[in-house]
Amino acid sequence: MFALTEGTQVVLIIAGYLGLLVVLGLLSNHFFKGTSADYFVVSRSVGPFLLLMSIFGTTMTGFAMVGSTGKAYTSGVGVYGLMASWSGLIHSAVFFVIGIRLWAVGKKFGYVTQCEYFRERFESPALGYGLFPVLVLLVIPYLLVGVIAAGKFVQSATAGAFPEWFALPDVVGPDGTARPNPLSGGLPFWLGAGVICLIVLCYVFVGGLRGAVWANTFQTLVFLAAGGVAFALIADRMGGLQQAGRQVAESAFGAPRLAREGLIGQAQFLSYFLIPLSVGMFPHLFQHWLTARSARSFRLTVIAHPVFIMLLWVPCILIGLWATAQLGEGVNPNAVLGRMVNQLVHSPLLTGLVAAGVLAAIMSSLDSQFMCLGTMFTNDIVLRLAGRERFNDRQKILLARVFIVAVVAFTYLLALRLKDTAQVFDLGVWCFSGFAALFPLVLAAVYWRRATAAGALASLAATGVVWVALFYRDILARGGRRPGDDELLLFGLMPVAFIFAAAALALVGVSLVTRPPGAATLARFFPLPARTPRPAPAVTKPAVGIQQPV
Amino acid sequence: MSASPPRSSTTPGSRRLVVMLFALLFVLHHDFWWWADRRLVFGFLPIGLFYHALFSLVAGGLWALASQFAWPDELEHWAIEPADSNPTASDTEAPLRNSPPS
Repeated sequence: MFALTEGTQVVLIIAGYLGLLVVLGLLSNHFFKGTSADYFVVSRSVGPFLLLMSIFGTTMTGFAMVGSTGKAYTSGVGVYGLMASWSGLIHSAVFFVIGIRLWAVGKKFGYVTQCEYFRERFESPALGYGLFPVLVLLVIPYLLVGVIAAGKFVQSATAGAFPEWFALPDVVGPDGTARPNPLSGGLPFWLGAGVICLIVLCYVFVGGLRGAVWANTFQTLVFLAAGGVAFALIADRMGGLQQAGRQVAESAFGAPRLAREGLIGQAQFLSYFLIPLSVGMFPHLFQHWLTARSARSFRLTVIAHPVFIMLLWVPCILIGLWATAQLGEGVNPNAVLGRMVNQLVHSPLLTGLVAAGVLAAIMSSLDSQFMCLGTMFTNDIVLRLAGRERFNDRQKILLARVFIVAVVAFTYLLALRLKDTAQVFDLGVWCFSGFAALFPLVLAAVYWRRATAAGALASLAATGVVWVALFYRDILARGGRRPGDDELLLFGLMPVAFIFAAAALALVGVSLVTRPPGAATLARFFPLPARTPRPAPAVTKPAVGIQQPV
Repeated sequence: MSASPPRSSTTPGSRRLVVMLFALLFVLHHDFWWWADRRLVFGFLPIGLFYHALFSLVAGGLWALASQFAWPDELEHWAIEPADSNPTASDTEAPLRNSPPS
């Protein structure tokens, strides 16, 4: 037995929260209707509120809380403009111009995964097979963001809880003297990250996408509330908002971070607008779009998404900024939020609540990503190659789970290797850059009749080659970036500008010299004359083979 | 289910207005005028952050306008009209042959 210290109380609260999620997964299983449409896309029955919560929870990951706080600590307030305000404008635009159209096509023809849609839109099985590995390759850094953020946060938030079990050697300070390791006694990275992976696997396996939607909704509420609580408590412990601001202004390390001069370039700031385009090609978001009961379910999401981003990001950016004065220079950015909570919030209950909130943000993305990986593997690879009748449904689900476990195990091992060198924010930006480069493909699929399968494949290849080359140069060849290192910029622009340009040029160039899809396919995917509203039918009938909301 | 679609407020002119407002917001995002300004609004909020927080709220307003006046109603009508069967799609309402995952 060990004493119930403040640290162990925090651990117990986190454990209780994780247990609650498993219970939620079990509960959602009771509502399972026994159809594959229900397991994969919740029978396309999700209404406005759940859609908003699940999409927002899925989009905001460890990147939003742990990453933004750490990046604000290193690069200052401009980080909000780089990611949050661009995302508020661009994400909703993508939901509006892409998401609703894909929902409509998915509902009309019964699609569940992106590969299915692209394969039929471009009459190309090769495109479906080519897209799958690229999507998996790009989802892995996204998973890494969550796993690293979770492990780092748990370790820093529980520091001191188990001094005898998880003691760490002293660290050498800037002045050359040894001092106690601030993370000593916290749950080690391997344990925290591992437990989080297992919990998410558990409720996703039990509840399918319904479990993920329910958990996302619950977790979104938790992390929004926890962000507010953390902000209020930290501000209070620093002597109030104005005192916290004054401390930063008087800090040699913090004062420059109140503005962008010298920290963020003009071209860099502008080119960041390409990053949020990534939501157009996130496979997990595609799957969530398909869950909508109707197009009108998107309205609340489109409107509230920028406001929710603001509510979550402004407190995180300010906490990162205040950390410049509170923690001083030289802290690992991934640990900034955990350190601030651990140092300043002295109530185990509130620390546990904040910790649960941060983990909620992380897990609400991991669950959808796990789910979409399994769905794609089953539908786009196994069933395509082996035939739909080869496996029964239990075997299909087992195959999906085995694939998910393999990807998660690989990601976990990679996280153990990169945990001290990869920054959550930068890794997230690399992941988003790859998905953003696929945006021309989805835009063309939805709006450009002349786009061809060869063009799509060329775009995919261009994305893969340029992304891998630049990612290797920035992250792998350097063995990761040290905290505070600048992002890789090419002519002052973010790498995404070049990956995006290569993908778009390949798509347009090759499409123009190759044969477009047949007339029947175009009629199927472009049934409406551009911008000419059709008269509404007086009474709508249920679509053949597709369940209507009741 | 029978549904009488709500009356649409969408016109080509309102769509153009939303596109123009989007373009305006896109330009206004690049607030070079605050680039080196370290002033704190209300004593704690850096002015660059304050501006972009307001920007997020205005973006929400833009999408509220878009939802009201540029909504693709025709797309929803098309989506719920009967479709040809699609034997290759994964979405089937047929019950799973085995018990639900547990």
